[in-house]
Amino acid sequence: MSEAFSVSPGAFAAILGMTAATYLCRVLGVWLMAHVPLTQPVRDGLAALPGSIVVAVVLPLCVKAGLPAVLALAAAMAAMLVRRNELIALFVGLAVASGARAFGL
Amino acid sequence: MTKEPSETARRVTLAGVREGARLVAPVLPGICVFAAAFGAAAQQKGMTVAEAALSSALVFAGASQLVGLELWTDTWTFAALLAIAVVTFTVNARMILQGASLQPWLREVPGAAKWPTLFLLTDANWVITERYRDRGGDDFGVLLGSGLVLWVAWLAFTLPGALLGGLMDDPKRFGVDLVLPIFFSAMIVPLWKGRRDTIAWSVAGLVSVATWYAVPGYAFMVAGPLAGALAGAAIGMAARR
Repeated sequence: MSEAFSVSPGAFAAILGMTAATYLCRVLGVWLMAHVPLTQPVRDGLAALPGSIVVAVVLPLCVKAGLPAVLALAAAMAAMLVRRNELIALFVGLAVASGARAFGL
Repeated sequence: MTKEPSETARRVTLAGVREGARLVAPVLPGICVFAAAFGAAAQQKGMTVAEAALSSALVFAGASQLVGLELWTDTWTFAALLAIAVVTFTVNARMILQGASLQPWLREVPGAAKWPTLFLLTDANWVITERYRDRGGDDFGVLLGSGLVLWVAWLAFTLPGALLGGLMDDPKRFGVDLVLPIFFSAMIVPLWKGRRDTIAWSVAGLVSVATWYAVPGYAFMVAGPLAGALAGAAIGMAARR
């Protein structure tokens, strides 16, 4: 059992390297943008950024996961449009996903 | 709610921390299953329980932890260490853009609160904070509270997976693999502000899918959003002519 709670020096170094790389990603954008003046084009770009990030991350996944994913996401977004409640939207999306998969789509 | 989006966060309060914890609740089941899946995969790749827990506690970024397992080895040369750090950076590079989009809101937050809290920045609490800010929220505690809850859940549910192995035989069964994409898609609905967003987001999506087809790896997560932001800036400039 003691084996399970050991950390090898190599693994420790690897985890520290991953931690440093990830923390750099977490702070770099915040730090960089602190030095960029908020001109109108910069504001417009930043305003478009949150939605662009989500679409850019989710869309290839949709293409890969196929029809059930597309239907689930569309249903969740429609539910959100009507009810503005993320929990309801999540339930609707998951229900459609498991339904579509159960039907073998 | 019809409030204006909040320009900058002006407070860090316990009430904000609690609000963040409350807002993150819908994604917790998905996060816990994802954490258990990472723990199980880590065990299969030969990580000890302590190593898997340390990874979840410090790296705290699921996709990069899973990809890191592909490069996991028993003999850590300098080249292997460098490779896993570089791959981790590319998988998580989308956080650079998430941080950039949050930055104007973080301007007034003292560094002593800001830099440690950013250690907890992940996809889920980023999108929660964007939505909260869009509704006029100005309490930085929301990012901290949602991040803390995610961190505790992520670490706690890494352990059973790492101890017991194949906990989740089929994560697809209840659509669990789609929890985060569904949540993110729902969260951007209220962020949509009109035709300008439709165009910018479409550009982001098209560039992302095209990059995903053309370039192996995770470049699409950066190229897509950058194209969307540029499109947003260009539309604004054209509109002001």
